[in-house]
Amino acid sequence: MALSDKDRIFTNLYGLQDWRLPAAQKRGNWDGTGGILAKGRDWIIEEMKSSGLRGRGGAGFPTGMKWSFMPKQASERPHYLVVNADESEPGTCKDRDIIRHDPHTLIEGCLIAGFAMGAHAGYIYVRGEYYNESRVLDAAIDEAYAAGLLGKNAAGSGWDFDLYVHRGAGAYICGEETALIESLEGKKGMPRLKPPFPAAVGLYGCPTTVNNVETIAVVPTILRRGAAWFAGFGRPKNSGTKIFCIQGHVNKPCNVEEEMSIPMRELIERHAGGVRGGWDNLMCVIPGGSSTPLLPKHICDDVLMDFDALREHKSGLGTAGVIVMDKSTDIVRAIARLSRFYKHESCGQCTPCREGMGWVSRMMDRMVQGRAEVEEIDVLEDVTRRIEGHTICALADGGVWPVQGLIRHYRPVMEERIAAYKAAHAAPVLPMAAE
Amino acid sequence: MAKVTVDGIEVEVPNGATVLQACEAAGKEIPRFCYHERLSVAGNCRMCLVEVEKAPKPVASCAYPVADGMVVKTDSPVVRNARRGVMEFLLINHPLDCPICDQGGECDLQDQAMGYGMDHSRYREAKRSVKDKNIGPLIKTIMTRCIQCTRCVRFSAEVAGTSELGGTNRGENLEIGTYVEQALTSELSGNLIDICPVGALTSRPYAFVARPWELRKTEGIDVLDATGTNIRIDTRGPEVLRILPRINEDVNEEWMADRGRFSFDGLKRKRLDRPWLRVDGKLRPASWGEAFAAIAAKLKGLPGSRIGAIAGDLVEAESLFALKTLMAKLGSANLDCRVDGAAIDVSRPDFYRFNTTIAGIEEADALLIVGSNPRHESPVINARIRKRWAQGRFPVGLIGPVGLDLTYGHQHLGDGPAALGTLIEGTHWFSQTFRAAKKPMVLLGRGALARPDGAAVLAAAWQVAASADALRPDWHGFNLLHLFGGQVGALALGFLPGEGGQDIGGMLGGGVDALWLLGADGVDPAMIQPGTFVIYQGHHGDRAASRADVILPGAAYTEKDGTWVNTEGRVQRGHLAIHPPGEAREDWRIIRAASEALGATLPFDTLAQLRDAMPLAEGFERGFCTDATGPSGDVGGLSSTAFSLPLANYHQADVISRASEVMAQCAATYAAPLAVAAE
Repeated sequence: MALSDKDRIFTNLYGLQDWRLPAAQKRGNWDGTGGILAKGRDWIIEEMKSSGLRGRGGAGFPTGMKWSFMPKQASERPHYLVVNADESEPGTCKDRDIIRHDPHTLIEGCLIAGFAMGAHAGYIYVRGEYYNESRVLDAAIDEAYAAGLLGKNAAGSGWDFDLYVHRGAGAYICGEETALIESLEGKKGMPRLKPPFPAAVGLYGCPTTVNNVETIAVVPTILRRGAAWFAGFGRPKNSGTKIFCIQGHVNKPCNVEEEMSIPMRELIERHAGGVRGGWDNLMCVIPGGSSTPLLPKHICDDVLMDFDALREHKSGLGTAGVIVMDKSTDIVRAIARLSRFYKHESCGQCTPCREGMGWVSRMMDRMVQGRAEVEEIDVLEDVTRRIEGHTICALADGGVWPVQGLIRHYRPVMEERIAAYKAAHAAPVLPMAAE
Repeated sequence: MAKVTVDGIEVEVPNGATVLQACEAAGKEIPRFCYHERLSVAGNCRMCLVEVEKAPKPVASCAYPVADGMVVKTDSPVVRNARRGVMEFLLINHPLDCPICDQGGECDLQDQAMGYGMDHSRYREAKRSVKDKNIGPLIKTIMTRCIQCTRCVRFSAEVAGTSELGGTNRGENLEIGTYVEQALTSELSGNLIDICPVGALTSRPYAFVARPWELRKTEGIDVLDATGTNIRIDTRGPEVLRILPRINEDVNEEWMADRGRFSFDGLKRKRLDRPWLRVDGKLRPASWGEAFAAIAAKLKGLPGSRIGAIAGDLVEAESLFALKTLMAKLGSANLDCRVDGAAIDVSRPDFYRFNTTIAGIEEADALLIVGSNPRHESPVINARIRKRWAQGRFPVGLIGPVGLDLTYGHQHLGDGPAALGTLIEGTHWFSQTFRAAKKPMVLLGRGALARPDGAAVLAAAWQVAASADALRPDWHGFNLLHLFGGQVGALALGFLPGEGGQDIGGMLGGGVDALWLLGADGVDPAMIQPGTFVIYQGHHGDRAASRADVILPGAAYTEKDGTWVNTEGRVQRGHLAIHPPGEAREDWRIIRAASEALGATLPFDTLAQLRDAMPLAEGFERGFCTDATGPSGDVGGLSSTAFSLPLANYHQADVISRASEVMAQCAATYAAPLAVAAE
């Protein structure tokens, strides 16, 4: 059962209509925003909790609970809302479409979320490469100010709220929430130690909540249509709708908003025109952006697309960037490319990530050729285990998971390659002098 | 307090303590590289990972706060595996050059690799190499050895206050360096060598010189500034090979100034290693007997009032006391130790001491600096001021030259004594801030007293402190910052004109026929009247020695057991690390021997006997102010001349550093006008 059009939150995801304010209002954005705020902070947070919305940035932390960590009373330190639009995860392009085609869902969400956490200022940290998108966002914010929807007494709610756009410089690590905060403060984007968590000490040392674009953008619709409506999609604890980005070896790559817990095969076949060469030509799928371990076809056959189902198979929903690979793929090379990406994007702060990512990447490069010993697959696996979980942020974890997934499911392919290389490069038998 | 169980041992630690502190309280050793007690926590080396029950992942113990009831494991398989992993990662790109590395034998990486590492490497790829950086004549860099712990970055930003080091690039290409390659400008840069856990930053003068286990370690006191930094003198045979700071929380914490650390090569140059005698207008080598005979021949015929003695800036208390006693026996009251002519009032000790104490700076809540650049005059005290400033709510005012970079923010209140006058009246705009402070302190530079209106400046500075209510039974906010290690000891022993005695001006100006210069290098020979018979006792053939009629070769501070008094009045002892060169002798022995030749034998034969007789007990007690009556100077005598700073050249401020080649290189490096890139 596919999501029906009336239940879509992002009604202009494909940019078929105008993104500007009048068109957005016709689509229902900014409808009764003041009224929602009038129901108060506690109501909003309760409603978010009961909607079951989990963060759409990859980690899937319950949003309502995250908001409730903000201090109830503002002290002399102001509260901040920071929206993470540094969408850099390979395979993910949902925030980009929200910003350029439906920016008002995000802006309205910012006001509501900011109000709910007692913030009078919000920052949207946009990935540096999203130049055109940031221009759209700037223009949309200007429209909102002009219409009295932002600024003093935003949307007639009595709440003052200012929203700023900050463009990053294109570092993947700046999508990590504390690195993003550092970068926003003008420093080098290096993740901070936690605790203290941003809700206690965040931007400029003040209580801060960092949310993904999609998380914030779905808030107004949830509050308008009710938590129960949103919670009605998907399985328990995995509720709601979600934008999936389907790409790779499919006939029609696309972004699509769908119900959570949709079977992966249905998602790919219904919306992306199926796998190139038919479902049987499928080799594997990376289900949630480049940092989630791949799933071979036999799992893809019946796995559901949600947090818990994918976790059961030692992968994850991540950002729901579905990367489909058919049987023409050199899977070792594909994963080696991802390793190179994570090596390049490591900030260099923690020892295991700084030193280990290069090691993993170089070993993977050899694995592509097969220029290795079979035992080195175990070394590779062990190195990834020693990186995982030993660093300040999760970049290292995400960087080694793809390799772990590869070894878990495609070890025979790697071994074959090593054997083939050995056969092709067998040392010639040199004549030996008699003793 | 929080109860924490570490490996089954229950300990109580204060709330807010880190897991690492709890582990240490339980007696568990936690390996670490990036963590340093005196720097902010970076938590990036990941060596200190421990397992905390209920935490999903191992946590960095240096940064993780304790919670009541926490259960920590420091020796579980998870922890051992994590440490072994981190160790392996650190070593894969670390060169295997321990045999030629100067850190060898005192390298954290080496030690911890032994303790926590694996016995072989699984790394088969090419190792990274990093280009070395040139960061000045003191610190040698071998950046391939760097493990990116960022201790140096944090030290330069937080303690030294010169944010010159940083990391460029990211990931495995992260390199530590200065943005545009340039020499570090901090006077505390030598501490980077101590703080670097590996051999990336090592001492350039000490490069390839020795291994730590070959060195004999002697505890001493740095006398090249008045801080009284506690040092360790490392020697091999007859040579000082390096000087390191010792920890003393009340004085230098664990820092040390560059001049004190690197000047020791000056101990080998321009030394006086035998007595000299002027015969027919020319100095010629002589024996001790001849030297003493010549002194006796001259002095025996003179009345005490025609004999004088001047003490220099680095002299230890023992020889000062010996010479003072000898002068008294000869009937002379002509003594002075104020070579710079500073108008110091010794009628009360707190008129010439750093009464707030160095550690007390951390309690202060406002600071007024008068005629001083503490960054040059005592880099370590300056670091303490910066430490206080960094905590916030610490207004600093400066009366002195414009545009000083003190490493902390300050407001310029004026360049001459006029500002003192308005501060006393309370009409200066800074007065309100200063008087509102609960524990204000005035830091008066000794240089500000070495001028014709010095006495007035001293009195005025005292009155400024009094006007801000800084002179109380529970707080003493008046501080005089001296410049060299021997200055306060001489004042404390009263090496000053006695009744009817002449001061330095009188003695130089022909008031005496025989003048005994005890390490008084600062005396300008041209000032000494031509007919005066000059005895120079000291360790370096500096300016004053060239004017001498008799030269008595003495010992430098590393070559004698001595007592020095720092600017606070703290009495500390240093020990003999090497013997004086050639025929040179410890100074008190020379004076004792001379006294015999003069027929005025001093009543002590051993150092112990001398110390028993000397009114200067080791130790320190912080004093407060029960009497706010000020020094005798007349505030009305303040002139309008701007204050000038006493040290024109930080690196060559005393006789030892002037003889040092390393310091000469520094002077050349830092005196050169900075090249400015075209925009």
